[in-house]
Amino acid sequence: MVSHEPNSRNLSERAISARGVVKAFGSGDARTLALKGADFEALEGELHLIVGPSGCGKTTLLSVLAGTLGCDAGQVEVLGSMLTALSSAEVTRFRCRHIGFIFQQFNLIPTLTLLENVSVPMLLQGAPRREAEARASERLGQVGLGGRERQRPTQLSGGQQQRVAIARALVHEPRLVICDEPTSALDSVTGHQIMDLLSGAARAPGRCVLIVTHDPRIYGYADRISEMEDGRVTAVHSGHALGAFIQAAQRS
Amino acid sequence: MDCMFLIALKMLLGDRPKYWMLVGGLAFSSLLMTQQYFVFQGLLSWTTSHMRNMRASIWVVESRVDQVNETKAMRDTDVNRVRSVDGVDFAVPLFQGVLKARTPDGADKMIQMIGLHSGTLYGRPARMLEGDIEQLRLPNSVVIDTLAAETNRLGAGMGRPLRVGDTFEINDREARVVGICQTERHFFGYPYVFASYDQALQYAPRQRKMLSMILAEPKPGLDTAEVARRISAATGLRAFTVPQFEKATLKWVWTNTGIPISFLTTIILGFVVGVAISGQTFYSFVLENLRNLGALKAMGAGNGLLAGMLLVQSLTVGLIGFGIGIGLTALFGLTVAKGGQPPFKLEVPFLFQAMGGVVLICALAALFGIRRVARLEPAIVFRG
Repeated sequence: MVSHEPNSRNLSERAISARGVVKAFGSGDARTLALKGADFEALEGELHLIVGPSGCGKTTLLSVLAGTLGCDAGQVEVLGSMLTALSSAEVTRFRCRHIGFIFQQFNLIPTLTLLENVSVPMLLQGAPRREAEARASERLGQVGLGGRERQRPTQLSGGQQQRVAIARALVHEPRLVICDEPTSALDSVTGHQIMDLLSGAARAPGRCVLIVTHDPRIYGYADRISEMEDGRVTAVHSGHALGAFIQAAQRS
Repeated sequence: MDCMFLIALKMLLGDRPKYWMLVGGLAFSSLLMTQQYFVFQGLLSWTTSHMRNMRASIWVVESRVDQVNETKAMRDTDVNRVRSVDGVDFAVPLFQGVLKARTPDGADKMIQMIGLHSGTLYGRPARMLEGDIEQLRLPNSVVIDTLAAETNRLGAGMGRPLRVGDTFEINDREARVVGICQTERHFFGYPYVFASYDQALQYAPRQRKMLSMILAEPKPGLDTAEVARRISAATGLRAFTVPQFEKATLKWVWTNTGIPISFLTTIILGFVVGVAISGQTFYSFVLENLRNLGALKAMGAGNGLLAGMLLVQSLTVGLIGFGIGIGLTALFGLTVAKGGQPPFKLEVPFLFQAMGGVVLICALAALFGIRRVARLEPAIVFRG
């Protein structure tokens, strides 16, 4: 059995490494290549954006990197574990322990209270309910929703719901946080508040926050940006080049 | 993981319309299955009530008779032929026939007339509520059961149930009530009227042969079935012990009437309706929660856990629905069927079988959802 424990020797170095990732949907004439040998890399301690036009394969790449979608070819190594070599059950356990998720549509369960929603990742790890709820309450306080534990998601605004989703994503201290368009359903001010929280989360030791977006308003939060086009990562911007890319993107 | 089952229940209970539809569907299904089965059992028990009302050890009938509610008259001399069989302690004639009685207000009512051997009154009803069965030996005397005494039966026109001392007519002959007894309801629903054998023959329209049955008792220490076999062999008549006659009667009902198939169809329909309603509702509940289930799957919930959560949800509504359904069935038994009409016979083993049926319905309903969730790609949550 292949271990899915993160490799501690690579801390503060590479969090994700993907090589030659190919993913196709459909078959026969309807077969569509969403990823055509994509290479990708993200480091620990960074907030990394994946950007590109609609249909370029951003979400597919994110799904493959998160272990929620298998790939047809290529290698994906996350936190020192080769996801492509793990069984389905092992990948599920890996996600449970090491990955936090933030979805575009929040995906909070409407019939549960905020406290119960945020507790779920810890409960999935087998934590006792009391411990999970204590930690969830703490996390809700950190995202500015202390005292509202017993409310339900439908009683909150979109921005507040996304904060709950952030609390849920971080409650079990994951090393990798995967975010799919976290600000696209939010207004500008709320979007920046959410990004402040995610930016703070990325500063935790050994953690990587990976965001797929085509919202140029949040490019300024990135430590690095990978640009995709037609199923491949075509450019990676960091340092001075990142500033120039952001300015160009925001002008256009 | 127990906590995730609690989360599963909260997901279900939070969706009130679906929850109540599931519980309602399963309660209806449970009610239909159990109520119909118990009415069916009640009806079946009516078919053999004759034997419990008259308590003879051996029943001898004409060779073509298949069940207790059927009569083909025998010759009077057949009684002596049975008496002469080795092992028979005694044998007595019995008349049974459906006659028409006229109530005090002039209406005609059908009755089940039973003529008991005048000397011994063998086959007399087990429980007398009023009067004295021995007075059947007096002319024009009858003992009626409580059903016969009711105001909508022979008591019609009196404004009250018949009592000891009241009279009515059978075939233009006076019948004076000398006793009221408790009986089990007859299959045809007619009230019982007991008279002496000779008196019953006077009430009944005259025919060439009037002997309906012969009731016999084996000598002490002898096996009843063996004596019955000897009677059959020696006389060419059919002799049954009580269990044999019950079995033959039930077999006749199963093969010659549409009653079992009709009830079984309803019971099966109850099951099918349960599967259809709960299966469809539960599946639509799963579909509506697909994104949430996908999110749970992405966050690390395995197929086994999600299947367990769906089963817990399904079985919970199943047991609640079953409880409500059984409660309604019991209420039916205690209210509508209290008077014995419609028949109702509660059988505890079937409660467990019905519960098994409901659990099966729930498992099937959950299975549809589990199949869908097992095929669910967790990446669904990334598709806007």
